[in-house]
Amino acid sequence: MIFTPKTEAELAEIVAGLSAPVRLQGGGTRAVGHSVAQDVLDMSGIRGVVDYEPGALTLVAKAGTPVAEIEALLATEKQRLSFEPMDHRVLLGTQGTPTIGGVVAANVSGPRRISVGACRDFALGVRFVDGMGRAVKNGGRVMKNVTGYDLVKLMAGSWGTLGAMSEVSLKVMPCPETEATLAVSVTDAAAAIGAMSAALGSAYEVTGAAQNGPVYVRIEGFAPSVAYRLDALEALLARFGAVERLDAEASGALWQGLRDVRAFAASAFVTRVSLRPTDMPAFLAAARAGHSFEAQLDWGGGLAWLASDKESLADFAQSYCTAHGGHATRIKGSFEACAFQPEAAGVARLSRGLRQRFDPKGLFNPELMARG
Amino acid sequence: MQMPQPNPVILAKKARLVERLTAALGKGGVIAEEIALKAYECDALTAYRCPPMLALLPRTTEEVAAALKICHEMDVPVVPRGSGTSLAGGAMPTADSVILGVSRMAAVLETDFASRVIRVQTGRTNLSVTGAVEGEGFFYAPDPSSQLACAIAGNIAMNSGGAHCLKYGVTTNNLMGVTMVMMDGEIVEIGGAHLDAGGLDLLGLICGSEGQLGVVTEATLRILHKPEGARPVLIGFDSNEVAGACVSDIIKAGILPVAIEFMDRMLIGVCEDYAHAGYPDCEALLIVEVEGSEAEIEHQLGLIHEIAKRHNPVEFRKATSADEAGRIWAGRKAAFSAIGKISDYMCLDGTIPVSQLPYVLKRIGEMSQHYGLAVGNVFHAGDGNMHPLILYDANKPGDLEICEAFGAEVLKLCVEVGGCLTGEHGVGIEKRDLMVDQFGPEDLDMQMAVKDVFDPKWLLNPAKVFPLASSEARRIAAE
Repeated sequence: MIFTPKTEAELAEIVAGLSAPVRLQGGGTRAVGHSVAQDVLDMSGIRGVVDYEPGALTLVAKAGTPVAEIEALLATEKQRLSFEPMDHRVLLGTQGTPTIGGVVAANVSGPRRISVGACRDFALGVRFVDGMGRAVKNGGRVMKNVTGYDLVKLMAGSWGTLGAMSEVSLKVMPCPETEATLAVSVTDAAAAIGAMSAALGSAYEVTGAAQNGPVYVRIEGFAPSVAYRLDALEALLARFGAVERLDAEASGALWQGLRDVRAFAASAFVTRVSLRPTDMPAFLAAARAGHSFEAQLDWGGGLAWLASDKESLADFAQSYCTAHGGHATRIKGSFEACAFQPEAAGVARLSRGLRQRFDPKGLFNPELMARG
Repeated sequence: MQMPQPNPVILAKKARLVERLTAALGKGGVIAEEIALKAYECDALTAYRCPPMLALLPRTTEEVAAALKICHEMDVPVVPRGSGTSLAGGAMPTADSVILGVSRMAAVLETDFASRVIRVQTGRTNLSVTGAVEGEGFFYAPDPSSQLACAIAGNIAMNSGGAHCLKYGVTTNNLMGVTMVMMDGEIVEIGGAHLDAGGLDLLGLICGSEGQLGVVTEATLRILHKPEGARPVLIGFDSNEVAGACVSDIIKAGILPVAIEFMDRMLIGVCEDYAHAGYPDCEALLIVEVEGSEAEIEHQLGLIHEIAKRHNPVEFRKATSADEAGRIWAGRKAAFSAIGKISDYMCLDGTIPVSQLPYVLKRIGEMSQHYGLAVGNVFHAGDGNMHPLILYDANKPGDLEICEAFGAEVLKLCVEVGGCLTGEHGVGIEKRDLMVDQFGPEDLDMQMAVKDVFDPKWLLNPAKVFPLASSEARRIAAE
C-alpha cells in the first residue's frame, strides 16, 4: 500500500491510523538499506516553497519539494545549497525526483562539506509528525537559535526512522563569482592525503579536496581572489607532483562527477567510509590486503568511496571502524547485513531509547539503521 | 524566578554524600564549607543566586564518572559548570544540588594539524584552545565575547556563537566528537576526528542541551588556518531602515563578510564617550569585516563601498592600518563595559529574520517609552541575532521586575516575527518560562522525551530550559 498525504494534517492523520511499519519515501532515489516495511509513505505530495528571504540567506520548503525546484529558485538570486547535496541516481541506478526532505533525512552532503559543513549544519528548522501522529516543530528559520534542544540535527540523518518530516528550513549561501581547480599528480594514498592536508591547512579557503587518480583542489570566489589563490596553492602543492589547472567550466563538470560518484555507477557494491584523514592510508592498505577495490577519496581524505564486486569489503570496513573509529555505510549492495555502522553498546542504547520515544509503535522503517 | 523547593530528604544526605564523594575524589576535590560555596552561587546572571549543597572539582573523566555514579545512586541533582560565564543562569545551582565543575580539566590531549583537529579536556577556556594551535597558524573559530574566560564545556552546553559565526558557524558546526559521562556514571564516546555520524546524530543533540543530557569531559574540535588578513570598514547611516537594507544588499551581492555588526544611536553615543573610537554622529552604524590577502580585502571592500554608496551613508571609513582597524572595533568591543559604566543593564539575545530589523527596532523604541527604561541595540546583523541592552537601576525597588517584563515582551516580539528567544546565550532559568511562547506542548514534550532517554531520573541541571509546569509530571514520576 502507498499512502500519499498532501498536507501535514493528512500526514498526521495517516500516521495516527497506521498499524504496520511504513518506509518513508521522497523521490525514491536513495534506496539504501533493507526495509522490513511492506507499505510506503510517499512524502512527495507535501511540496512547495513556503518562504525564501535572499537577504537573510534562509529558505523554508515543504519536505516533498523537488531539489531541482529549490535550486532553480535559488539560482534566480545567485544563491545555492552550499553543502552540495549528491544526486544518488547515477550511482544507484534509481529513477525519480530527489526531494529536499530526502536530502535532509539522509544528511546528504557533497565535496564542499569539508569547508562549509554538512547538510545538518545548514538545517535551521524542521516540522515533523512523530510516531503517535503528533505534529512537532523544532528550530526555526533564523541562522542562530539555541532555544531548547536541537532536534533538527537529530532528524537530519535519521533516514526517516524517527518521524516524518513535513517541512525544513535551510540556510542558503551566495554562489561564488567563479571557480577553478588544480589537479595534482600523486603517487600513492599517503601523498594524496599529504597534498590535500596541505591545501586544506592553508589560508586559501579550499572548497573541495578529492582524489580519483590525481588530487583535485577547488577554489571558489571572486575572480581576482581565485586567480591569486590558484597561484599560491600551485606553489604550495608543487612538491607533491605535477600541477595542472582546470578552468571554471571544467572544474564545475569535474566536481559534479565527483559529488555523484559517477565513476562507480557500474559497480555492484559501493561502501562509504568516514575516517580521520590521517588514518585513511592505513585503512586502505589494510583493506587492500584482503580485497580488490577502487577508491575515490573526498573531504581531504576523510571520506572514501569504495567500489568492489564483493560484499565482504563492506564487512571489513565496518569491522575496521568498530575497532579504529569512524563509520562505514553500505550504499549499494545486497543489504543482507545492516547498511549502517554498528554502534557501541552505550550509544546504541541511547539511539534505541530515542527511537522508542519518537516512534513507540515502531512504524517508521524500524531496523533500517540498527537491527534487533 | 520560581525554583523548586529544596528537597529535605536530599539535604539530609549531605554528610553521607560528602563521605562517599571524598572517598572517590579525595579531600581536595570536594568543597563543602559554606563560605567556599559562595563562589558557586551564581553565574554571569548575577541577579539570581543560590549556594549549592556541595561543589566538586574532579580531575579526570573517571573521577567525573565516579562522582556522577554516587549522586545517581543517592538521587542527588547535579549542576555541571564550566567557567560560570552563562548569561542565562545555565550554571545556577539549587540548594539541594551538587555543582560539578570541570575547571581542573584543562589539558590539550592531542593536536593533529594534518587532519585539522584538536582534542581537549572541556575545562579549557575557549581562547586557550586557539592559544594551543596558533603557533602553527591555526585557530578555533567560535568566539563568544567571554572567550578569555568561558570553558569549552559551557560552549558545548550552550552551543555558543560569537561575532564571527556568519562565516565560521557556531559551536555545533565546529564540534566533531565528545567523551560524555552519563548521569549513571557510564562513559560514552560520540563522534571523533572523523566527520558526521554513522547513525543518529547524537552529537548534534548534545550540543546546546544545556548540560541536561550528560557531562562532556573531552571534546574533539575543528581547527582552521588563520586567514592572511582581516580588515573592518565603518559605515554610518541616518536611519535603521537604510542600514538594514544595506546589510541585505551586501549579503545578496554574494559577499560573505566574516562579521557585520550593527549599533543604534544610543549605543554609538555611549561607546564613543567610553572608548573615543571616533564614531560619527548618526542613527545607525555598521562595522563590516572581510578577510583574505591585501588585494582580496581591497576588492571586497570596493564592492561593499559600491553597495553602501547606493544607500547614501553619512560616513564610510575604511581601516587602512591595524591602528585604524583597532579603533573601529574599540567602541563595539567595549559596548557592554560602556553601558555597564553608566547603568545596570540586562542583555537580551533574541534572533529575528533580518528583514524584520527596522520593524523590531521601532517596536522596541515604543516599548522603551512605555516601560520608561532606556534601551540600546547591538546586533550581529548578518545573522539576525539581536542584543538589546535594557538599562535599569538595581537599587530602585521594582526596577528589575519592570526590566524583566520589558525583556520578555521584546523576546515574545522576536518569536512573533518569525525568530526565537535566544540566539547564543541559551535558555537556562532566564528564558525558561518563555518557552511556551515559542513552543507548543507537543514540541516541548518531544524535547523532554530526549531528556527521559539520557537522564531518566531528571537529575542533571534541574529546573532549567523547560517551564516547571511543563516538566512537573516527569519530575514527580522520576522521584
